[in-house]
Amino acid sequence: MTTLTTRGLAPVREVLPNGAVVIVKETATRPAVTLSAAFQAGSAYDPDQHLGLAHFVSRVIDRGTTVRSADDIADQLDNRGVTLSLGLTRHVLTLSCTCLAEDFQPVLDLVVDIARNASFPEEEIAKRRGEIITGIRQDEDNPAIRATEALMQMLYPDAHPYGRKPKGSVEHVESIQRADLLSFHRDRFTPSSLSLAIVGDVETERATSEAVRALADWPATPTPRLVPPSVPRPSTRRRLVIQMMNKVQADIAYGFTTITRLDPKYYTYWLMNNVLGQYALGGRLGDSIRERQGMAYYVFSSFDANLAEGPLVIRAGVNPSNVDRAIASIDEEIDRMATQGITARELRDSKQYLIGSLPRMLETNTGIATFLQTAEHFGLGLDHDLRLPDLLGSVTLDEVNSAARAVLAREHAAVVVAGPYAD
Amino acid sequence: MISTEQQARSTVRTAVLDNGLRVLIQEVHTAPLASVWCWYKVGSKDESPGLTGISHWVEHMNFKGTTNIPRDQVKGIIERFGGTWNGYTWIDQTTYLETAARDALDQMLFIESERMNNCLYEPEECESERTVIISELQGGENDPDQLLDIEVTATAFRAHPYRHPTIGWLGDLQRITREELYEYYRRYYAPNNATLVIVGDVDPDAALCRVEHYFRAIPERHIPGRIATREPEQLGERRVTLVRQGTAAYLKVAFHAPAVTDADFFPMLALDAILTGAKGMNLWSSFRGAPPQRKSRLYRALVERGLASAVSGTLLPTEHPFLYVVSATAREGVAYGEVEGALVGELERARRDGIATDELDRAKRQLKARLVFETDSVTNIAHQLGFFETIAAADIYTSLAGRIAAVTVDAVTAAARRYLPPQNRTVGWFQPVPPGSTGEPAVEAGGPSGPVS
Repeated sequence: MTTLTTRGLAPVREVLPNGAVVIVKETATRPAVTLSAAFQAGSAYDPDQHLGLAHFVSRVIDRGTTVRSADDIADQLDNRGVTLSLGLTRHVLTLSCTCLAEDFQPVLDLVVDIARNASFPEEEIAKRRGEIITGIRQDEDNPAIRATEALMQMLYPDAHPYGRKPKGSVEHVESIQRADLLSFHRDRFTPSSLSLAIVGDVETERATSEAVRALADWPATPTPRLVPPSVPRPSTRRRLVIQMMNKVQADIAYGFTTITRLDPKYYTYWLMNNVLGQYALGGRLGDSIRERQGMAYYVFSSFDANLAEGPLVIRAGVNPSNVDRAIASIDEEIDRMATQGITARELRDSKQYLIGSLPRMLETNTGIATFLQTAEHFGLGLDHDLRLPDLLGSVTLDEVNSAARAVLAREHAAVVVAGPYAD
Repeated sequence: MISTEQQARSTVRTAVLDNGLRVLIQEVHTAPLASVWCWYKVGSKDESPGLTGISHWVEHMNFKGTTNIPRDQVKGIIERFGGTWNGYTWIDQTTYLETAARDALDQMLFIESERMNNCLYEPEECESERTVIISELQGGENDPDQLLDIEVTATAFRAHPYRHPTIGWLGDLQRITREELYEYYRRYYAPNNATLVIVGDVDPDAALCRVEHYFRAIPERHIPGRIATREPEQLGERRVTLVRQGTAAYLKVAFHAPAVTDADFFPMLALDAILTGAKGMNLWSSFRGAPPQRKSRLYRALVERGLASAVSGTLLPTEHPFLYVVSATAREGVAYGEVEGALVGELERARRDGIATDELDRAKRQLKARLVFETDSVTNIAHQLGFFETIAAADIYTSLAGRIAAVTVDAVTAAARRYLPPQNRTVGWFQPVPPGSTGEPAVEAGGPSGPVS
């Protein structure tokens, strides 16, 4: 597809007078359309006394509106083979779905109705509350989730919005009332909080005009955006063991806080992380812990910069008898990268891989919608896909190595082990 | 007007090389990409006692260097083209894939030709992979739902090798030798036991020439006979109850189900859509999200009534008759008997009273939409072609829309009567006791645990 490489995605973006953003990209790969309505309504907006509120909203918002019952919505979705997904991150709550092209307009109307007019019926709240509590109980028995959530708490202490559990606790969930859901919805689901992406087999003009028609009469409401507090870099190593003696394997979560998404060093950190724990089968960490030592089926690192300094998290699942050896190996790789840096060849390989991955990333409607929403969230511009190769390509070896020295220090790491393991 | 189905069929170029390698090529020009999958007719159903898990272990070994790809040069070949690679093993099949820029077609074919004939099986690599695979098994055991799935499958089957998990039994994984791995590789990795699929921005004639170039010299091999056991008819309900430390209760109800080539398969697929929502049929992509299921019978009977927090159904296309499994996560505080009673009651109702026309219409619309959604990338299309060719024939994939459209209310009702009787049922429970305790299951809210008639 030459248009992709020469002109890029070139989506159409329109800002309505009420502040709603509509982004449209027409594709003809399949007779289908992906809709993604992202609101600045993530778990970071949970009030302290009601942790889990955004998550609770995400579980009830699509169960009735002022004009449609839960059963009507179920009919509309199921009769068209549509699954409405509710995704929650720290900052954003997203309603997304893929429908057949022929169903575009009614599905768009349905999604907008849900977002604007959710009514949160009491009986739906009761049903979903029970499901959420069962989900929290399942998480409590999951070493991977326990380790990751505890690590986030250590990295983001003092009730920082990134350190809190997105689902809250059972006590929080039991205390949330309909009025809380309605008030969160009223405050956060506003036009200026919305970015609606429409990607697929629908003419750009038609998609735009339908979206404008559905959204234009939504009154503007000021919706302040949260800027999470900056996170101090810890000065000591912290370690926590969560004993789960009913499990067979232990999960390790090991991490640092890094930089914000808008830091110019973002692309440097992205490449550093790729070399450390992504490239091929888990980068250097995979080479050591999986390939050479045969200790783990999965070991990798992830880097998730956001509006506040995001985490760099290393994860591995290992036999309890290998926990100490695995953590020592992570320490070694951290030391080696911080003191010796990466090689020119590693940098070249990771650049080629990440830049070359773009056509795969942008092959499907859902892939494009995700990319466009990320670019919108961080204000990266409509031509971000065209600029990305240069942004990655111009990173130097010195920049990566100085980033590694700045952030990768075992004495500043937070380490959590969850599983059948005792110190 | 040409239907999607006719288009699908007409655009697949098929060929068989002299050594027996089947080749399927489909042009898709929506992105400058190509996806290559090499499929082998070998899976965990080909494993004898003592060798369970060997198909999957062999798959792992086939990423560790070949005569012409030194171990330290395995990684990077595809990554340089922005590509991704992977593989999986299941009961009927083992498969390997690369998806990358179309310019990497030669590299992808080279890797697959090497994998077919020249893997090394260095002894120290076999040993190192033993512990990786045991770690994979133990990671799965951390999940009560996976643990229960293995127990239910093993309980439902008496004779057929579908009974053991693809990951294998721990004792076998601790024992299998390098020689057994290599011998198994040599037995099944041959062009006449494989299908190579290419989908993407390629010219089929040119691509076929490259396939010839890389694969024609690999000799055909005699593939020994397969395990020929047929599972005997189940004569009565079977039951397995795991009482273990945990925090949530899981229920699975399994029925012996038709193979993909059986006339009952598509009626059963529609029945599953009516009971739990249509998932589609792409093992690679369709099961990563929830199906549309709010109107489905079991969702309404279990989740909407507050008995379960989730319900799902699984009917996958397989070469031999496998299982239809319905799973539910019990809501905290609900009596197990109530959950099981409601679930089994709905299945009994379908068996007794059949289904309604509007339900079938909705199921068909869902399945039709899923066919579109699950083929949104060259990787997913190539998966489907190879998957169906390996378990039966690619024609099934290219005629899916027609097969779904042809399902009738009577056929679904007949399938429900044939497959859902109690004597064909295996019921499995994971009943949690509080972490840290060792005793009997706690007395649950609402009544004692156990079966419900």
